[in-house]
Amino acid sequence: MAITVRHLSKRFGSFQAVDDVSFEVPAGELVALLGPSGSGKSTILRIIAGLEDADTGEVELTGEDATNLPVQRRGVGFVFQHYALFRHMTIRQNIAFGLEVQKLRRPEIRRRVDELLDLVQLTGYASRYPSQLSGGQRQRVALARALAPAPKVLLLDEPFGALDSKVREELRTWLRKLHDEVHVTSLFVTHDQQEAFEVSDQLVVLNHGRVEQMGPPQWLYENPASPFVTEFLGAVNVLKLETVATIQPGHLGDPPLVLPGRSQSSLVYVRPHDLEITRSINGRPAWPSRIKKLTRLGGLVRLELVLDDGTNLLVQLTRESCLELALAEGESVFVTPKDMKVFHESASFVEDYAI
Amino acid sequence: MAKIATSPVSLALRGTTLTYLGIMVILPLVALVTEAVTPGRQEFVAKLTDPFAWHALKLTFATAFVMVGINSVIGTATAWVLVRYDFPGKGLMNALVDLPFAVPTVVTGLMLVALYGPSSTLGAILNSNGLAVIYQPPGIVLALLFVSYPFVVRSVMPVLQEIDPAEEEAAKTLGARPWTIFRRVTFPTLWPAILTGTAMAFSRALGEFGSVVMVAGNRPLETKTGPMYVFGEIESGNRIGAMVVSTVLLGLSLAILVGLNALQRRPETRK
Repeated sequence: MAITVRHLSKRFGSFQAVDDVSFEVPAGELVALLGPSGSGKSTILRIIAGLEDADTGEVELTGEDATNLPVQRRGVGFVFQHYALFRHMTIRQNIAFGLEVQKLRRPEIRRRVDELLDLVQLTGYASRYPSQLSGGQRQRVALARALAPAPKVLLLDEPFGALDSKVREELRTWLRKLHDEVHVTSLFVTHDQQEAFEVSDQLVVLNHGRVEQMGPPQWLYENPASPFVTEFLGAVNVLKLETVATIQPGHLGDPPLVLPGRSQSSLVYVRPHDLEITRSINGRPAWPSRIKKLTRLGGLVRLELVLDDGTNLLVQLTRESCLELALAEGESVFVTPKDMKVFHESASFVEDYAI
Repeated sequence: MAKIATSPVSLALRGTTLTYLGIMVILPLVALVTEAVTPGRQEFVAKLTDPFAWHALKLTFATAFVMVGINSVIGTATAWVLVRYDFPGKGLMNALVDLPFAVPTVVTGLMLVALYGPSSTLGAILNSNGLAVIYQPPGIVLALLFVSYPFVVRSVMPVLQEIDPAEEEAAKTLGARPWTIFRRVTFPTLWPAILTGTAMAFSRALGEFGSVVMVAGNRPLETKTGPMYVFGEIESGNRIGAMVVSTVLLGLSLAILVGLNALQRRPETRK
């Protein structure tokens, strides 16, 4: 394991920022720490780097205990949200900094800096100052600077957070490509689930300083272990059991909803793309509903439906199927859930229904 | 970028402030310089190289340099402590830094005489060990140190507060030790502010009169500084001599001001 953290806890005054967090990052992987703001993800990253001390817990880097090692000797590369480039140094001097600290020979530093400039595609910019570069370029310099001393692990704290959306997307794709070339174990912090999905091999989902769930992104999306993970990994409809009970049974078979163990506090989760719209009952269980709002989003269409009991339902379908059905606002349609997850408040188990 | 104003109100405002600047600042300045150079170059040089005048100027510069050497370091350290550390009494310390600006300079001089003067216990001990302070050049340096202490502190503090801690953290993760971080990351951001504060302190020291006159003892060729010389010569009717020394003091202050401005326009010191 390249990074192992065990039972990390950290308190800021009365605020429990990190609460008994343990996870591992396998060598060569790109792992995302995903969570809303205040979930402790940046603090965990800073503890791993040694920029912050944990109250309790251990950090291991490439198999060695690093808990009490000063930052300087941990061998981590760190990329900050706002680049943190040395503003009075040129790009070349910025990248060379870590190598000069290691007292490498000048020609060697030169060679390595040239190599990195090439890697981050900024060869012509060596003698510029950070203020003369765009945000995306600056973050690439920051990455080159962090990679220059060949760190054991690379830590990135919301690396795309300060960039506008187009540059952010480009840089994401580029980072993934770079990682496939360089293979340095990387842990990056983000609050953007789409970013985490696009870039990472594994996700660690955090909430209130605790690990909610870990795993490959798509697997987590399909097998969320908690309402939080379900809600955080994408848009989802939350329905009460009573609402689900109002579904009109189809003649092809009853919905398998009557199971022991459910209670009134159980909630049912359905993703907007797991709902099917039909003009008439087609034999499967469905709710009658009315289209309150129809929003076209390029290739996709978003529908806001109202069920008979007043529940709002968000549905996503492709432009084609919307055209096929000739949908319009105010019309009545039937909606069938294709996949539902039921979370029981009392127990931490999930029921998964596919219709 | 400010636009060139054309509306009547802005024209009037611009005219008024420019006139005010002209009358209040430039006119007196021109009057002094004119009177100093009117007798001709030879006379100017003669008045300047007068042993009493020359010594007074040298003493002023020497004491100002010593002061600036100490206060640039201590002032930066004070700013560092006030920005980077939390400790009980920090608010009070922060307020006390400004005290030298608030205390009338004559009172400053008197305070130093009370502490180090021959009639005080400390002064007596120092005197008996051959370390007399009051009525000696070290007394002048002490007075200058006191009155110009806030300059460097107040010019460095905002810059220090503004520094992104991430830059220093980045240096740390790259393996740099604290001293390397200060030397290569923090100081390059800080030095324009240190220099500005130092230059302002120097300018102030060139003209310091009230506190220095109390502690210097006014002995020509020993403890008489430039401003004291100017005052004395006016009293005794050597008007041109006073004007010439004043012009030199003024010229230096201006040069420092212009130099600072030029420095601040350099691209890499700008953010």
